[in-house]
Amino acid sequence: MANHSTIEEDVQYIDNTVDQGAWSGGERPFKASYGKLMMWYFLLSDAFTFAGFLIAYGALRFSSVTWPVPDAVFSTAPFNNLGLGIPLPLIFVTFMTFVLIFSSVTMVRAVQEGHRENKNGVVFWMFLTILGGAAFLGCQAWEWTNLIYTEGMTITKDPFGTHIDSGTYMTADELKGAGFVETKKDGATYYLPPNTSDLEENRFYTKKDHHGHDLTGTKFKPEDSFLVTYDHNTHHYETSAYKTEDGKIRKEQFGPKAFGALFFFITGFHGFHVLSGVVFLLIIMLNVMSGLYVERRNGYEMVEKIGLYWHFVDLVWVFVFLVFYLL
Amino acid sequence: MGNLSYEDAKKAVFRGLILLGIVTIIEVAIALVGKGYIIPGFHLPWWLMYIAMIALSLYKAYFIIGEFMHMRYEVKGLAMSVLLPTGLLIWAIIAFMQEGDSWKDRREQINEWNLDGTQGMIDSDKIYYLDETNMG
Repeated sequence: MANHSTIEEDVQYIDNTVDQGAWSGGERPFKASYGKLMMWYFLLSDAFTFAGFLIAYGALRFSSVTWPVPDAVFSTAPFNNLGLGIPLPLIFVTFMTFVLIFSSVTMVRAVQEGHRENKNGVVFWMFLTILGGAAFLGCQAWEWTNLIYTEGMTITKDPFGTHIDSGTYMTADELKGAGFVETKKDGATYYLPPNTSDLEENRFYTKKDHHGHDLTGTKFKPEDSFLVTYDHNTHHYETSAYKTEDGKIRKEQFGPKAFGALFFFITGFHGFHVLSGVVFLLIIMLNVMSGLYVERRNGYEMVEKIGLYWHFVDLVWVFVFLVFYLL
Repeated sequence: MGNLSYEDAKKAVFRGLILLGIVTIIEVAIALVGKGYIIPGFHLPWWLMYIAMIALSLYKAYFIIGEFMHMRYEVKGLAMSVLLPTGLLIWAIIAFMQEGDSWKDRREQINEWNLDGTQGMIDSDKIYYLDETNMG
């Protein structure tokens, strides 16, 4: 050791020779502030939560003989009954994806303006981002309302019936020809199998879609997905009769029960992230307007942090979109 | 982004918008064309569709993390400490998909055992038939 006489010299010596590493304090080894770093680690943990949900979806889907076909489930769009009136598979949810991509891009612009300390630019682009987030939430509200009140899907009921064999829906005449007894009760017409009086368990219906249009005679393949008829007035589901290719008459089954719960929990958890993102964006935009971040002189780092969160919401949607709507 | 000039950075953002939009349109087009909605009678093999959609989605994720979230321009240690743990998900995906497949096989096996009655797992009056209304 070198000769030194005072404590000050000792400290100086240690500072100069020992504590030169990146981890000895006083500097940022990751060249990122504490807040930004912790936002990244929060997002990492959040990614695992979403991955857990999506992996649960995958495991349950693998465990099921059949599964609802997404483009049969998500084939509705607002105002479609005024326009084309034909199924629009995946079109509305593609629109929702674009809304989210747009709001992600406006968020990047807000962060860029923040780096230039341009307050008005930050407010403008953050405002557009908030509008995008609100638009996405509006779309999701419509999608949920439609699935719950028009299609009749709930967290315990999956009306998208699935099939394990090929067949054709039967007409009322075919059912009567096979010995079924036409019965009317509570305004509904159903068909009882011969030699049974069990009204609750053995009701057969002819197939109608949720608009009440006749679907009898429609052919389907195994694993095709169809909507089990849902009566809006009585909130009853009607499972319909079909004839398999080897001549057996069977009753349509409901789809896997987990589908509704998985859909509402996963898209709901994502929607909750969008909602909290919109709230935080609003708070930070108001702070920007008040001039709070001008004083900090750190290039609007708070806008950058909420930007990370907002892009993450878009990132999660990429995978929700893939797993729920595409595959 | 990165150390680009302001004008170049603005252009890069809108190039990103176009890129993500086009990739999304390609994904939906694969789904609709592959399942025969656009060209009647034309179908793509399911494995080709799945591989293409998963690859395109991973590309979108790579682009969003790298460019929009600036991960490409962060210190390598930061990037690795966030990205490497997600590698555990590869194990989780393989393990749980395989497990789900096994649940299906076992359920079918138990159904068969119950139906032929030789190795019944439950009382015959509690047999669960996948198709309860087999009218024969």
